[in-house]
Amino acid sequence: MIELKNVKKTYPNGVTALNGIDIHIDSGEFVYLVGQSGAGKSTFIKLIFREEMASSGDIYINNRDLSTMKWKDVPHLRREIGVVYQDFKLLPKMTVYENVAFALEVVEESPRQIRKRVMEVLDQVGLKNKARFIPDELSGGEQQRVAIARAIANYPKLLIADEPTGNLDPDTSWEIMKILEEINATGTTIIMATHSKDIVNTIKRRVIAVEGGLVVRDQHRGDYGYED
Amino acid sequence: MDMKIRTFKRHFREGLKNTWRNNWMTLASVAAVTTTLLLVATFLVLMFNLNHVADALEEDVQMKVLVDLTADEDETEALGDELNALNNIESVEFSSRDEELEGLISSMGEQGDSWGLQDEDNPLNDAYVVRANEPQDTIEIAEEIEQMDSVERVNYGQDVVQNLFTFNNYARNIGLVLIVALLFTAIFLISNTIKITIMARRREIEIMKLVGATNWFIRWPFFVEGLLLGVLGSIVPISILTVGYYYLDQNAAAVNQFEFIQILPFYPFIFQLAAIILAIGAGIGIWGSVMSVRKFLKV
Repeated sequence: MIELKNVKKTYPNGVTALNGIDIHIDSGEFVYLVGQSGAGKSTFIKLIFREEMASSGDIYINNRDLSTMKWKDVPHLRREIGVVYQDFKLLPKMTVYENVAFALEVVEESPRQIRKRVMEVLDQVGLKNKARFIPDELSGGEQQRVAIARAIANYPKLLIADEPTGNLDPDTSWEIMKILEEINATGTTIIMATHSKDIVNTIKRRVIAVEGGLVVRDQHRGDYGYED
Repeated sequence: MDMKIRTFKRHFREGLKNTWRNNWMTLASVAAVTTTLLLVATFLVLMFNLNHVADALEEDVQMKVLVDLTADEDETEALGDELNALNNIESVEFSSRDEELEGLISSMGEQGDSWGLQDEDNPLNDAYVVRANEPQDTIEIAEEIEQMDSVERVNYGQDVVQNLFTFNNYARNIGLVLIVALLFTAIFLISNTIKITIMARRREIEIMKLVGATNWFIRWPFFVEGLLLGVLGSIVPISILTVGYYYLDQNAAAVNQFEFIQILPFYPFIFQLAAIILAIGAGIGIWGSVMSVRKFLKV
């Protein structure tokens, strides 16, 4: 599903973010990505999403070779990947419904399909009754659930969550984690970058720790391993 | 880039919505386009008419090859053959000295008759009237003809013609440069306006890229918006030009003292002009907007 071979990334300003990492993630896995800020987690996510290109090494996502991928194929890669960010990235002037529908309009789904699918995913994240609200009228947790609904609307095989609970209080964080687990249970691969020791140590999954641009630990049912 | 009708409608709707939503910026852009196009249109009217007059004047340029008085019939005919053999020649017409005299007399009107010139003391030469294919080649051809045997002189209004050609060339080139400069100014203004509206929509574009929108999907609404700005901006210039030119056309004949200066007829010129202005407006609108989205697509 995801294969990184000796991947290095040096930015134009000379900063080396990844210094040769090998990672293999199978379809359906749930992986925590841990490590201090600046360790290379964000770069790793950007490479998978093809926001950045690796300086050397190979990356394969769903059998696509990212190093030889043409620019015009990047949108199609992204349609197979859902992303959720710490700051939600919702459009403030659109309703919850429109925010989710947006992701489907972009891939030119039929209006009937869009209506059906939007209500489906809103139901899945428990926001069916708030479809007509705008993001500002929702709590942080609810906004993140909208973002998750948008990310899974396209039936992605892979969901990337970049510190999805970073801005949320603990109770709300557990709600989000519950939803992510449910999504994972349907077979979607999940990669979640996080700083939450509680979550990693409670919901035990594979942990990949990145430090100084290298994978320093790759452990099934691992611990967070850092002090808070 | 096959696009579903539904998607096309969406792009059009989005383009309209954005144009409406950024109403002040839209107004500013349209005003900029309007001003520019008005200037461009005025220049175009001047240029086209100048060209028209210049062409007409150039068409009138002809060479009169005066045959040597000493030349006999055979030599005159031989010269005619030589002239006909020239490249770049549209026509060669022989005009005998008698015809030349008649022409001269009739051009003088009553005075000519009273002159009482008789055939026997006709002082004129036999002549060939030669027209060049390209009027601009006249000077060169005249020089060539002067080298031929049995030629006394070639008349073509030397000084006037030289000045006319020089003036026409200058006028055309200066007009062209001014128009191009104006167009670039308009494109710059439009692209700047749209850039400002894009800043407000950066987040939207970012999210579109995030959920896998193709670049063209993002670009189309801006394309529509630019087109709209250009078309809106061309309405006022076209109206003003139409009314203005109609008035000019109606009154030109009354005021015009020089018969050789004729403006292009209102119809069909005004339709051609309107089409050109509309096309330029749409063109700079689209170019300006698509140019300004470019850097936001690089993610």
